[in-house]
Formats: sequence, C-alpha cells, structure tokens
Amino acid sequence: MDIKREDLLRLYYYLKLTRRLEDRVTSLYHQGKILGGAWTSNGTEAVSVGYGYALEKNDIAAPYFRDMGVFLIRGITAKRIMAQYFGKKTGVTGGKEGNVHIGDLNFGVLGFPSHLADNYPVGTGAALAFKIRGEKRIAVACTGDGGTSRGDFHEAMNFAATRKLPIVFICNNNQYAYSTPLQLQMAIKDIAERALAYSMPSKVVDGNNVVAVYTAAKEAYEIARNGGGPTFIECKTMRMHGHSEHDSAKYVPRELLEEWKKKDPILNMEKYLLENKFTKKEELDDVDVRVKKEIEDAESFAEQSPYPDSEDGKKGLYATPVEGEERV
Amino acid sequence: MREITYLEAIKEALDEEMTRDPSVFILGEDVGVYGGAFRVTEGFFEKYGDWRVLDTPLSESGFTGAAIGAALVGMRPVVEMQFADFISCAFDQLVNVAAKNHYRWGAATPIVVRAPYGGNIHGGAFHSQCIEGFFFNVPGLKIVAPSTAYDAKGLLKAAIRDNDPVIYCEHKYLYRRIKDSIPEEDYVVPIGKARIALEGKDVSIITYGAMVHTALEAAQTLKEKGISCEIIDLRTILPLDKKSIFDTVKKTNKVVVLHEQTKTGGVGAEVSSLISEYCFDYLDGPVIRIAAPDTPVPYSAQMEEAFIPQTKDIVSAVEKLMSY
Repeated sequence: MDIKREDLLRLYYYLKLTRRLEDRVTSLYHQGKILGGAWTSNGTEAVSVGYGYALEKNDIAAPYFRDMGVFLIRGITAKRIMAQYFGKKTGVTGGKEGNVHIGDLNFGVLGFPSHLADNYPVGTGAALAFKIRGEKRIAVACTGDGGTSRGDFHEAMNFAATRKLPIVFICNNNQYAYSTPLQLQMAIKDIAERALAYSMPSKVVDGNNVVAVYTAAKEAYEIARNGGGPTFIECKTMRMHGHSEHDSAKYVPRELLEEWKKKDPILNMEKYLLENKFTKKEELDDVDVRVKKEIEDAESFAEQSPYPDSEDGKKGLYATPVEGEERV
Repeated sequence: MREITYLEAIKEALDEEMTRDPSVFILGEDVGVYGGAFRVTEGFFEKYGDWRVLDTPLSESGFTGAAIGAALVGMRPVVEMQFADFISCAFDQLVNVAAKNHYRWGAATPIVVRAPYGGNIHGGAFHSQCIEGFFFNVPGLKIVAPSTAYDAKGLLKAAIRDNDPVIYCEHKYLYRRIKDSIPEEDYVVPIGKARIALEGKDVSIITYGAMVHTALEAAQTLKEKGISCEIIDLRTILPLDKKSIFDTVKKTNKVVVLHEQTKTGGVGAEVSSLISEYCFDYLDGPVIRIAAPDTPVPYSAQMEEAFIPQTKDIVSAVEKLMSY
C-alpha cells in the first residue's frame, strides 16, 4: 500500500503528540496535580495512532485505555483531554469522568468502560447498526492482551464473525496484564490464534511500527466496509511504563525493557522517514516544537479552567428525565 | 376496544413500534425463526426479516453489549432475555456500560431489555426468579413491571421510545392468564407513574406485577370482613413514584408492601424506608413487608406455593395491622 508523504508526517505528528501529552501527564501525576490515577500507552503509541489514523470520518471507534492516539486523531483536543485529567469543567466529560475514560459521539468515539473488552460487544453493536441500515461505515474495537481472556471478547468475536459484521478487532498486546505476563494469561503463542476459533481472518503485526499497524488496519477496514466481515489484528508491542504511573513495574525483567527500548515506535518512525528521504531532521524538529507548544497550551488551558460545580454531580443521570424523580 | 392477553399486548406493542420506527429491532435467543421461547415474537421474522429480528448466539453479555453499541449510533434495540434469570450474564454490560453512559459521557442508550420473570410456573431456581432487585440499586437504569395487559402494552411502548436503558419485567405467570380491553389507537403509559388499582380507605397494599392480582383477591376477602383496602400498583420500580406512595400512606395510615421478590434488600425494603423517613407522622402501625423468603425459588409445587406470597398471607397481615 502506498502511503502519501503527508500521511506519514501526520502519523509522526500524532505519535509525538500522544507521547508528549502522556509524558506530561506522568510528570503532573508525580507532582500531585492529576486527580486519581494516570494510565499511559508509553511504548505502544503506534497501535492507537496506526489504527486510529486509518479510520474514515464517519467510522466509529470503541477504544480501550491505552488509545490516546485515537482520541487525538478523532479530534478530541489535547486541551479537553488535559482538562479531563485535572477534573475540570472543560474536560471531555465535564468532570464526571477522569483520565482516559473518554467518549464523545461528536467525534465517533464510544466511551471507554474500565471492564476490559466491554467495548468489543459495544463496538460490534455499532457495526450491527451499520449493517442493518446498509451504511458503508465500519467500527473498530480495541482491548489489551489481558482483555482477550474475558467472555465479552469471545462473545463479540463469535457474534461478529457469525453475522459478518463490519468491524475490526484490535489487540494491543503489550505483554503484561497489570503484573501478569502473557504465559500466565494464556497457553497460546499468538493471541491471533483466538480468531481461528471463530473462523475469523487475523493478522499479527509489529505494534511498534506505525506504518505496519496503519496498513494492516486500513486493509482490514476496507474488507469490512465491503461486506467481507471482521478481521482480528494483534499488534505485538511492549508496555514501557507500569500498569499505571503509580506502578514501578519491578516485575518486568530489565533486559526485556532494554530490548524493547531499541524498538521504540517513535525512533522507528524517525528512522523510516529519514532513511527513505520522506523528510529531513529539521522538519521533524519543527513537529516537535509544535507538539511541545500544543501540550503547554493544553496544560495552561486545563490549569485555568474552572472546576465543575459540586451540584453538577447530581445532574445528567437520565437522557429522558422522569417527572418528580428528584422530588425527595 | 377489544380484549387481548398480557402476552398479546406485549406482542402488539413490539409490532406497532417496529412498524412505526425503522430503528427498532429485536435480538436475542430463538426470537427469529422459532418466534421466542414464549412465542412473543412469533411471525416477526417473516414480517420484518432476519436483520430486524436477530437470532443470536447464546451469549447474553455479547448481545446486550451489541444492543448498547447499536443504540449509541441511533438504533432502538429490544433485547429479549429468554428467561429473566439469564440477565445475570449481562449484568456488567447493563450496570457498567448502559446505566452509566449518559451520566459519564452524555451518550443516550435507548435499549429495552425484556425480562420474562417470576414464579408459579414450576420453573425452579433458574427459570422463576424476580430480577428487579439485582438492578434496583443501579442509578441510570429504569425498571418497569406491568401487571395488566393495558399497562404491558403502554409501558413497552413508553420504554421503546424512552432514551434510557429500560428493564421491562414481564411476568410469565400473567402471559396467558389475564386479559384487558385495549384501545385501538396508539397510547403509552408513562414511566415513573404508579396507579391506584383499587381505591380504599383503611389500609394500603403497595405492590406490582403478578402480586397485584393476589392483592386484589385478598382485598375481596377483606372487604367481606369490613376492611377497605387501597392497592397501589407501582408499575415503575425505578425510579419509584414517591408521590403516589406517600399519598396513599397519608390517606390510610396503614401500609403493607407486597412483592414476589425475596425480602432482604428488596424493593419493599426501600418503599418501607421511604415511608418511615418521610411519612412517620402519618403511620398508625408498622410498615409490614410480605415477600418471598430469602431462599432460591423451590421447584416442587408445595414448596413453591409456600415461597410465593398467597392471599391468606395478605389477609392475615392486614388483619394484624388493623389492630393498631
């Protein structure tokens, strides 16, 4: 698949934006400025950036929590995301939710529930709606390696395959479910083997290569869009931080981290762009300057934004309020 | 006006809503070709086709989650749980996804989950449960439980048109046992409004579902003994129609709360608490709960009869209350 230079540079920009935003969140977390926890995708950014960038405008993403790239690419701004981390009124959910619990239908992003793989059935339902209505839209759902052991993962894969629904399932295989390594999670070698049970085509890709993820996703989306049914894509990568930023991840062997550090997705992409003469070092530096500025602006926007009113927490339970519901 | 059964009322509501609104569709186990375990969707597959009446794999969490996803992008799915008991497999999707979507991130989730519930059919522990209590403590859900054919139709239409997730508890025992006169024209019964099933002045019986009929029988016996009962049919369990509850308490000053669900932590416990908190000064005696004992539903007829509240239980509770 030929990718335009412009798209390659956009992929690079989103990798950098995702990394810098989450790195900043990590610092702010350690300074005590972030409410609650901070979960990042450090080391695995090429997954969310790759599959997120391959979507069309009207498609739907049902992401999980290491999918910052998807949020940004779909158009949810760094400002709103940073304000979300601060628990501000201007955050994506107005303070009702925190950190990566993001959803915004205006940008085709379904809310992320912490129960991993819950978004596999939910994304499948969006695809079912497209199929019923005869629309040429697709859905993509993502989970981590851990989530693939849950029933919802299997129920969704089975249903989607049975009905040949226009959905693509992504797995961010980052080797660890919190502290539990793959070999204690499953007996199979590749998570993609799970797709065999549903007679679903699958692919294993280098999750640290954004071009590979983008290309695999794009191809699978087109198959789904044209009635060919679902594909499962396993992106092999490595979570370079703890499960969340409070976790030092001492259970991960240092050698393993050293090995994956050499395969960093951003360094990978820089090398690819420079070696193939798509760009020059100066242009990449300019991207970084732009990204830095965007994150600084996002942070000051979040800092200066108002907190929600404590009474706001009592509002918005129902979409169709019931008369007299709050009378007592 | 014409007489139809409770089951026919459910069927009519589904049929009319599917004709009226192309975004309404049905999914669940055996709802298509077979027409549903209780034949509620019989003929729908032929009429609406296999993409609006979907037979699903046996996976309640998967298809409930799929209904949620479809609802988020503009559909109005009606999920059929083959038996309400199986809703436990979909607990996570209902409680953590459907119920919280609007509050957490402002997205409406207009799904209806039809839950054929309740006992008196010798179904044993896995085909007889009252499931409303599992979800009663979950903000964001709505729960309705009609007792008449008229309400079965009107509440199902209201549930389908509502923008929130609604658990529609349809009592299996009532399916073919009760009939009502139903108007020809379209109507809805609003969610959140109880009704007075019988007007009276001496004692209030607050109940819902099949127990409304048991209460009516008891009221007849009590009337012969000179005691006038008022029966409140809650119709909506979540959120409760507090005004109707308080109004009847203020009128009769004596209250029995009756349900088929087990006693501890049930709907009756909440109704009773509300009354003691907000109507204490109006009470002449304790609020008495009549409910199933805290066990699974037993199979054998004698044991099941002892499990489900009977007319005699209501009569003796009311007589005891009248001594205050």
